[in-house]
Amino acid sequence: MINLIWVALFLFGIIYASFNGTMDQVNDAIFKSASDAVALCIGLASILIFWLGLMKIAEKSGLLEKLSIIFKPVVRRIFPEVPVDHPAMGYILSNIIANLFGLGNAATPMGIKAMEELKKLNGNVNRPSRSMITLLALNTSGLTLVPATVLAIRMQYHSSSPADIVGPTLIATLCTTLSALIIDRYFYHRRKRKEKK
Amino acid sequence: MAFVTTLSIWLIPVLISAVLLYGTYKKTATYEIFVEGGKEGFSLAVSIMPFLVGMLTAIGVFRASGAMDALIHAIKPFLSVIGMPPEVVPLALMRPISGTGALGLMSELIKVYGPDSFIGRLASVMQGSTDTTFYVVTVYFGAVGIHRIGDALKVGLLADAVGVVCSIWIVTLIFGT
Repeated sequence: MINLIWVALFLFGIIYASFNGTMDQVNDAIFKSASDAVALCIGLASILIFWLGLMKIAEKSGLLEKLSIIFKPVVRRIFPEVPVDHPAMGYILSNIIANLFGLGNAATPMGIKAMEELKKLNGNVNRPSRSMITLLALNTSGLTLVPATVLAIRMQYHSSSPADIVGPTLIATLCTTLSALIIDRYFYHRRKRKEKK
Repeated sequence: MAFVTTLSIWLIPVLISAVLLYGTYKKTATYEIFVEGGKEGFSLAVSIMPFLVGMLTAIGVFRASGAMDALIHAIKPFLSVIGMPPEVVPLALMRPISGTGALGLMSELIKVYGPDSFIGRLASVMQGSTDTTFYVVTVYFGAVGIHRIGDALKVGLLADAVGVVCSIWIVTLIFGT
């Protein structure tokens, strides 16, 4: 899908420009955008280095592990079918916390591990269980405490206060995550009703 | 709403202090581990470079040709109903499909309209509060060999839609239009 969108952006742009008489602007944009993108990545590096460095301390010192104890009672309610002492629970907790702290690439392996355990719990069938869909819902709703990349881009373009979106983002994330859980519950009950029929 | 503003300013410094204090208390080699993690951050920044060059160039062409303005103009009447600025529509559509694509669109919006404009802030909040649904579904289910995705995609996409509406609501509430 992304391949099609990418090609479509170019082709529509070029075709539109040929009718609109903006081909010289398009030529400028090709080279300017590419160099802007590289500059942007260099700018992003500062925050990514700082944030992932700091989070490595949280991980190695056991802080992230400690936090998972606080989240355990909540997560148990969200995943009622997962036994408390099952390894899946540990992976789910680490996945959520890694996401919360913006550690995308640390969160993914944890999420995959959690999925593997959930699949075992589900008897290794090729159909997703309720808990697996719930875990996806949590992951797609973008739970974040500190949106580091967004902050970096805002800094890059000289925001007078790059961090002023942190609070609003947190509230929006909470709304999205809660809605994701409610939507997930709704679909679960709908599936159950269908099965009964 | 002063609370949200205060939270925005305090959250990051408090988090940093907490991590550093805990690390020191646990006798972790804080600085050395920071550097180790930082290297991962650096390679991450370098590895997303080709993605952003590709996406920003495509978006740049689309915008420079005037096609983006035409698109925005065409959908404007439909969106004014829910108070959604048409400029952020491409971002909302791209977000579930491609993380780097959305990053490209967000930075483009921030560059064009300014980071402290309504659209700049809305783009920032939208980017921070949603995730790449298609990618997450593909990677998580793909890795464990689940082929029938069930309701997962529907749940994820509906959540994304809610995320967009929530972002508009909260940004309007706090920063005004």
